Amino acid sequence: MRLQYPSSIRIICLPCTGKVDLIHILRSFEKGADGVYVVGCMEGSCQFTSGNLRARKRVEQARTLLNTIGIGGDRVQMYNLSSSEAPRFVEIAEEMTRKILALGPNPIKAVRKKMAA
Amino acid sequence: MIVAKQKPIEEILEGLKGSGRVLVAGCNECVTVCESGGKKEVAILASALRMYFMNQGKEVKIDEITLERQCDREYVEELRKLIDQYDVVLSLACGVGVQFLAETYMKTPVVPGVDTCFMGVTEQRGVWTERCQGCGQCILARTGGICPVSRCAKRLFNGPCGGSARGKCEIDKDLDCGWQLIINRLKELGRIEDYEVLLPIKDWSKERAGGPRKIVREDVQ
Repeated sequence: MRLQYPSSIRIICLPCTGKVDLIHILRSFEKGADGVYVVGCMEGSCQFTSGNLRARKRVEQARTLLNTIGIGGDRVQMYNLSSSEAPRFVEIAEEMTRKILALGPNPIKAVRKKMAA
Repeated sequence: MIVAKQKPIEEILEGLKGSGRVLVAGCNECVTVCESGGKKEVAILASALRMYFMNQGKEVKIDEITLERQCDREYVEELRKLIDQYDVVLSLACGVGVQFLAETYMKTPVVPGVDTCFMGVTEQRGVWTERCQGCGQCILARTGGICPVSRCAKRLFNGPCGGSARGKCEIDKDLDCGWQLIINRLKELGRIEDYEVLLPIKDWSKERAGGPRKIVREDVQ
């Protein structure tokens, strides 16, 4: 299909979204990511029975925590799609990019720059 | 194990007010198993705190360490060389660990990051329930292995109170009546006649009511 998706997105491959832990999401923000989204298989289709459901819980935990510490929970999102849905993958990438652009950069990044200057 | 749950982050931040160098100290024992203060929780909390302070424009150094146990002197001593580098230690161990750190390092404030709740079991991942209150005089042999001190809201010793209905306790419709559990278990064991045998008056001085307790065993010293 050779579909294009926004170049600002860095993909981290995992064997299953069940591997995603809260600390992975937090470290991404600590390192300056503006947003993180987790793309798992459709609910009910997990090869490992509940990996994507666990990932959703971690995403929810991250949203709550990021809201509490003032970074903004909206920067994290969980999506589900099947591996054959390339056009949907692009749609999600564009949707997330638009959302993050509207939210602006990760506030940590600006403070880091200021501290370094 | 001792079961604890993490304090709300707002309360933790209150305890760290004015500190520029913070050591988040976890414990590899009970609080690791109940997922409130092990290495993983230390990493998550430290990361959240670093981002919070950075977002506030405050330069606060947040370091992480997880001790094998915070209730044993040999492990607590591991902080000896580091402790002077910090204004405060945020301990994610149970209340025992927090106190042992505090009395070992008199000059550094130690604040708790968890609320210590009870001695209990993991029923399933994410569900912990109380089983023991450390009353100092175990009667489980008489009660079919179910403890009326920890499982009965009134800590009754000879049968349920009038608030027991359909096997549940009057304080919470989802809470099993401890004495109903004892009766069921005695029936299963074929020992229901033991239910008729009155338990003697308990010596509560061996429990917390007798003041802080101490055990000295010269044979293992």
